[in-house]
Amino acid sequence: MLELKSITKHEHGQAHVEGVSLSLEPGKMHILLGPTLSGKTTLLRLMAGLDRPTSGEIIMDGQAVTGVPVRKRNVAMVYQQFVNYPSLSVYENIASPLRVRGAARRYIRKKVEGAADVLGIKEFFRRRPSELSGGQQQRVALARALVKEASLVLLDEPLANLDYKLREELRTELPRIFKGSGAVIVYATSEPREAMLIGDSVTCLHEGRIASTGTARALYDRPNTLVTAKIMSDPPLNTIRIEKKGAVLELGGDRRLHIGAHMETLADGPYEIGLRAHHLGISASASNGIEAVVATTEVTGSETMVHAEFMGTRWVSLLHGVHALNAGDKISLNPDADRLFVFDETGALVATPAS
Amino acid sequence: MQKTHDHKALWLVAPALLLVAFTAVIPLMTVVNYSVQDTFGNNQFFWVGAEWYREILRSDRFHAAFLRQIAFSATILAIEIPLGLAIALSMPKKGLGVSVCLVLMALPLLIPWNVVGTIWQIFARVDIGLLGHTLNGLGIDFNYTQNAGAAWATLIIMDVWHWTSLVVLLCYAGLVAIPPAYYQAARIDGASRWAVFRYIELPKMSRVLLIAVLLRFMDSFMIYTEPFVVTGGGPGNATTFLSVDLVKMAIGQFDLGPAAAMSVIYFLIVILVSWAFYTIMTREDFEPSGGAR
Repeated sequence: MLELKSITKHEHGQAHVEGVSLSLEPGKMHILLGPTLSGKTTLLRLMAGLDRPTSGEIIMDGQAVTGVPVRKRNVAMVYQQFVNYPSLSVYENIASPLRVRGAARRYIRKKVEGAADVLGIKEFFRRRPSELSGGQQQRVALARALVKEASLVLLDEPLANLDYKLREELRTELPRIFKGSGAVIVYATSEPREAMLIGDSVTCLHEGRIASTGTARALYDRPNTLVTAKIMSDPPLNTIRIEKKGAVLELGGDRRLHIGAHMETLADGPYEIGLRAHHLGISASASNGIEAVVATTEVTGSETMVHAEFMGTRWVSLLHGVHALNAGDKISLNPDADRLFVFDETGALVATPAS
Repeated sequence: MQKTHDHKALWLVAPALLLVAFTAVIPLMTVVNYSVQDTFGNNQFFWVGAEWYREILRSDRFHAAFLRQIAFSATILAIEIPLGLAIALSMPKKGLGVSVCLVLMALPLLIPWNVVGTIWQIFARVDIGLLGHTLNGLGIDFNYTQNAGAAWATLIIMDVWHWTSLVVLLCYAGLVAIPPAYYQAARIDGASRWAVFRYIELPKMSRVLLIAVLLRFMDSFMIYTEPFVVTGGGPGNATTFLSVDLVKMAIGQFDLGPAAAMSVIYFLIVILVSWAFYTIMTREDFEPSGGAR
């Protein structure tokens, strides 16, 4: 059990992490989710003991470890870059944390072979990291973290530098690899997709503060704030300020929408609405949606992403199949009103679509 | 595939070819030409084959100069590489100190060779030089015009002062290119400072170290200006290195044939030793090329 109590980290007068309190149980995949510079890496470094927090307390299994240097803690960390000792063989790389500890030769052999089995890299024992592919190099780094039997395993965007296929492959394996170890596992990522797929619990970070905590599904279905909704949405959340008047939402100009069923009890007034890209339909111009102009389209084959602009706002629509649209085409955007998230002026969620 | 016959490409290569021809190939061939002929003046040359080569390779004078040259290069490499590495490792990695250190380090490199020679020639003089006068004042017999050891010491200290900076700058460039994640990982592993150096920094710097060794070897093996200015090859022949000897032979004695043969041999030695260094240092146990990994 790792507990952070109102951790703050200032560097050169700037707050990198501000008042973060968390409690992380062993055997679960804890995701730190947030865009770059949201404080994920700083938080991981603090958890590892690489840096000291400016204020606050870190408690590991009931013991305060705030000032304890990293070498006296039992921590393993895997990075976005593939970090291995360049001049050592794969076997020696995996064995290195045990060698530092002065473990017996036979014990090391057993541990290294075990870890290599789990990660499927046994055949590369005699090679050097530079002779392996990126995915294999990262497997070596993961094996090194695994043999250490650390009580805290920190994974800092470990899949970000891998190509798509390898990422998918390792992503499904990661929970299996580390969950059995009984360690507290923290996984930092900027992709909500990864959080949804492997996270048991998710902590959304925004500008060094915790925006929300919960299961990935709960945060996805009911993001408590606009910030959380944005962090949990990929493609980016479509947002716009509106004025609710009875059963109508005024977007400005003469563009308006009819409210969804879940918004009937909402008082009239100014709000900000959020809509996920796959709930935004598109039809030919002059039908009764929001008039917009296509900025770009990205066709992936099974899906098409259409970026459209109206009144200086850019929205994204995610459609099935291939849609032939050119930049400059006039279209009509059809939001699914029953899918609108409504946030008040402070950014708090006030109306949630049924999930 | 259809081959296109277009001679435009030739014009694009021509400037480079011409330049190389005039700066390297033609002078080199002239030297080779001299090395296989003899002359009694009047621009009349006749063929002597490998005669000059045999003479040079058998001459004690060449052997002595060659050994002195090897000893000099070996000594300055043995000092400059570890010293440069040590200085690079102890330099700050960020902040204002970086620029200050880099500028200080680059200063000696900006001074022309003959000026460096003159500086040290005066600096080490017994009568007016700060170094020479002080040492003699302390009761140490230091006179580079009379004492071979003192002459060597002066040249070596001068070369170390002049060129260690280059090694430092190269090593430093290699060091700062190592991603911080490596150091973090080592800290988390609990690796010692020595292990960080041996297993992270040294392998990651192998490329720049190779370049440093090659540059320093080639430069020191061909050193001419500084010994010429400081000691003139003396006392006796104590600091007559290959290049100094070569110039004596070619210009002092005007023995064009033997001097040309010696030049060619000299040239081949530099290439051979550089190739040997390169081959040894790029063997398996050194990491090939950098990049993010």
